[in-house]
Amino acid sequence: MQWEGFSRQDDRLGIRNKVLVIYTVECSSFVAKEITRISDHMDVECVGFSGCTDNEYAVRLLISLIRHPNVGGVLAVGLGCEYVQAEWLADIAEKEGKQHAWMFIQTEGGTNKSIQKGVTLVSEMLDALKKTPRVPMTMSDLVIGAECGGSDYTSGLAGNVVVGRFYDSLVEMGGTAIFEEIVEAIGLIDLLTARAVNKRAREEIQYTYDKALEYCKSVRQYSVSPGNFAGGLSTIEEKSMGALIKSGTKPIEGVLKVAGKPNHPGLWLLDSTPDPHWMQFGITNPNDNEGLMDLISCGCHIVLLVTGRGNVVGSAVAPCVKITGNSHTYARMKGDMDFDAGRVLAGDCTLDQSAESLAQMIANVASGVLTKSESLGHKEYFIPYKYQEKQVTIPPKCTM
Amino acid sequence: MEEQVAFQIDLQDNVATALVELNQGPVVLRGDSNQDVIHAVEHIPIGHKIALRDINCDEDIIKYGIVIGRATQNIAKGAWVHLHCISSVYDERSSHLDVVTGAPKDIKYE
Repeated sequence: MQWEGFSRQDDRLGIRNKVLVIYTVECSSFVAKEITRISDHMDVECVGFSGCTDNEYAVRLLISLIRHPNVGGVLAVGLGCEYVQAEWLADIAEKEGKQHAWMFIQTEGGTNKSIQKGVTLVSEMLDALKKTPRVPMTMSDLVIGAECGGSDYTSGLAGNVVVGRFYDSLVEMGGTAIFEEIVEAIGLIDLLTARAVNKRAREEIQYTYDKALEYCKSVRQYSVSPGNFAGGLSTIEEKSMGALIKSGTKPIEGVLKVAGKPNHPGLWLLDSTPDPHWMQFGITNPNDNEGLMDLISCGCHIVLLVTGRGNVVGSAVAPCVKITGNSHTYARMKGDMDFDAGRVLAGDCTLDQSAESLAQMIANVASGVLTKSESLGHKEYFIPYKYQEKQVTIPPKCTM
Repeated sequence: MEEQVAFQIDLQDNVATALVELNQGPVVLRGDSNQDVIHAVEHIPIGHKIALRDINCDEDIIKYGIVIGRATQNIAKGAWVHLHCISSVYDERSSHLDVVTGAPKDIKYE
């Protein structure tokens, strides 16, 4: 499996060559979205942060998207009086060797003039990006992330199991796999720590799990609902394993924070639970797009969303492959679902065969084939106020 | 008549998951299984679990090759395995939920 990727200054390779139009406050979002709409191009996408007061987590996330290997250019659109600085974002794109520009709507003379200028700038960027060097790319260059959303009983039987098999083979090919949703692993700490590649990884996993457990207690909610029980799940351990199985069986290299970068290939756990803060900042996984955005912030070229009931979302920056273990969902929502893992349950193929088909689909998407959500124009994103440390910070043991 | 099917994930499992609504009668097993067919002894809803062999009270329930809970009574091969006969090792509350709806029985809104 080999294809041509887009060369980046930081030596990572992109599978897409996008222009990101970023708004820095809600008041500039309309202009940014209009620039994107009028540009009418598959590779022009809009993301942004709505808050007027800035937030380190949100800024870190925006910066990670600018640095993402799938992004070739950035246009930052500010109103002119907010905290998040459009110019500084554009400067980062410049330092990364990417197309870059920024504007203040107030300075440009308002909505219409800003839109006109933005469309022109984007068009120029697209022209320049046609000259981006292409180089050979393989599975070993890929960073893939996975999460579940809209799960049903088939997710833990087929959808997540197939992803787990694929993750194992991706790691064996020298690639990088990231899984998340530690709050969906309650009850499985022994299993997780047993898979740690070394002592530091084990400590990181234990800390991350303990924090997630404390979080669940503080919000008085485990990630399991009456609907889950009615659907056939009987314990939190069963629910958790149905989710965790998407991580496969390989050793866990360590824990990433949102916007963190894996420093070597292998399997990584992404912590998306808020870190302790006096304001009790943020909710973990308020919706599926936050989870996808978190994975993308760590450099995932492609994100996998396993959904039994059928979530239709896509994602900005990285293509989203929708995998369902429910063949009825696949048949009913074929325009949105990419991969039918339910064939395993129907007896049409084995788990290993299904994982192999998924690997081929991933390679095809990486080489340029559009996912269903990409084709439809689904480019959701979610960048909230939240608090998280940049690295796993394990409190020192008491030395009294 | 529609074929009755259940799916076993791991060879070590002592439960499988109903892929269709099961009634008394033969059930074809798919996935990793040493048995081709077992006999359902009662009605089992889609997505719920069927016992692959006799399971004694206090014995571990195995799915995905791991312990997902513990039997709270003797469970016959082919029987429905759910809240009424299995408890979480971890979360005591799931033992107080309604078998059909999963709704909590340990709380009253008043």
